[in-house]
Amino acid sequence: MELIVQGIIKAFELIVTFDPEVLGITWLSLKISGTATFISLFIGVSIGTAVALNNFFGKRFVISLINTGMGLPPVVVGLFVTMLIWRSGPFGFLEILYTPYAMIIAQAIIATPIVMGISLASIQNLPPNLRLQILSLGASRLQMVWILIKEAKLPLLAAVMAGFGGVISEVGASIMVGGNIKGYSRVLTTATVMETGKGNFDIAIALGIILLILAFMINALLTQIQQRQHLR
Amino acid sequence: MKIFRNSKVIITLMIAALLVAFGTTSVFAAKAAPKQKNIILATTTSTQDTGLLDKLIPIFEKQTGYFVKTIAVGSGQAMKMGEKGEADVMLVHSPDAEKKFIEDGYGINRQLVMHNDFIIVGPGADPAKIKGTKSSAGAMKMIAQTESLFLSRGDNSGTHAKEKTLWKKAAITPAGQKWYQETGLGMGQTLSVAAEKKGYTLADRGTYLSLKKNLGLDILVEGDAALLNIYHVIEVNSAKWPKANAAGAKAFADFIVSKKTQEIIKTFGVDKYGSPLFFPDAGKKVEDLGK
Repeated sequence: MELIVQGIIKAFELIVTFDPEVLGITWLSLKISGTATFISLFIGVSIGTAVALNNFFGKRFVISLINTGMGLPPVVVGLFVTMLIWRSGPFGFLEILYTPYAMIIAQAIIATPIVMGISLASIQNLPPNLRLQILSLGASRLQMVWILIKEAKLPLLAAVMAGFGGVISEVGASIMVGGNIKGYSRVLTTATVMETGKGNFDIAIALGIILLILAFMINALLTQIQQRQHLR
Repeated sequence: MKIFRNSKVIITLMIAALLVAFGTTSVFAAKAAPKQKNIILATTTSTQDTGLLDKLIPIFEKQTGYFVKTIAVGSGQAMKMGEKGEADVMLVHSPDAEKKFIEDGYGINRQLVMHNDFIIVGPGADPAKIKGTKSSAGAMKMIAQTESLFLSRGDNSGTHAKEKTLWKKAAITPAGQKWYQETGLGMGQTLSVAAEKKGYTLADRGTYLSLKKNLGLDILVEGDAALLNIYHVIEVNSAKWPKANAAGAKAFADFIVSKKTQEIIKTFGVDKYGSPLFFPDAGKKVEDLGK
């Protein structure tokens, strides 16, 4: 109990004093996971929408694959990304192992199926006649897709939240491909693992609390946007 | 051609995504040093968990302009990285495995850096009554005979390698025994597990000292010559791996055995723990250690 209280006091200290190291770690977490979510948003929404709107052979199989991907274990992603980009791997020439870029790639791979699955379901859940209606009003196919995406933006925001929440709290892949290098690829989750290993439970708790606050703030902001749209 | 038109949309979006990705990632570009400036240092968890590297690396980077990527894993894994050419330089403590590593031609210039010692720690109640035993192998035997819980790292780290040699010396095969559990975790976490389960474990003194306050484990056996924990620096053989940063590896090795660095190692931890965590040994012979 004493340890938890100590941890909370320490967290408060680190936050109000703007501890430069903690601030740097937090900022890096935001940058990496934000970029990864952004990338996954483009790939996930476009492929999700395409699969939802087209009928083709094996569609159900593809949807099953996407849904399975929503539960992609981060460590498995980390393992494969590591093997692809280490020096002797096929993309070794890029020299990006143990860099933030590698972390973005791994996190984007984790987030993309999540975003894809949710956008697929949300586009499929739109009233089927909507498409015909839009087309009959003279919209081009491109315009129709755009309108459908706009119609589904509430669940799509949920997709962003789920994707971001998934990657910012992820540790397995980040530590494998990023290496937890101080001031360079050390993010909130990997730092928490390390501080726990060092026995600095107070700092570990502090980092955990900051992570929770961060996730809460981002989700509160997105929920605000989502619910405001809803009331209109 | 429904699909065709749709795929056009997708391609446009994908290109947009790529552009955005490159645009935003360039934020990091300012921080990333030029390619040959990067050194990958594969090392054991103990050098990181004690905070030693956090102190040394910034000094090295400032002096030389290199950028060090420290990957803290067990010694076994660190050498695996070296074998595959995924690391440039290693700071490890698993002498037998290191010798083999050099013999197999994976590494060059193995140099003695520092030492501290291993200790056998356990609950104060000491069910195997090993406290004060002079021989570490004897203590291990007593733990086995009384079937007292022993926590092993089980991760091919330097500590795990040392533990295995001690079992061998005691002529005991602990694997599969009920009282023998492998954590597969780092030293710090294994100590925590031992503390929670009131078991014995082998630990390096540095990590134990830095964690002591939360543990409630006592040092029961120490001072045996067999318990020396010796750290070497090894450069990856660039003849085998042309991609390895040979110049950077050499610069780091030179730095860590330099007089100035050895002075820092000598006093590291004294202010916090009352005694140093490592003893600098550059230029000495392994046979002379601990005397």
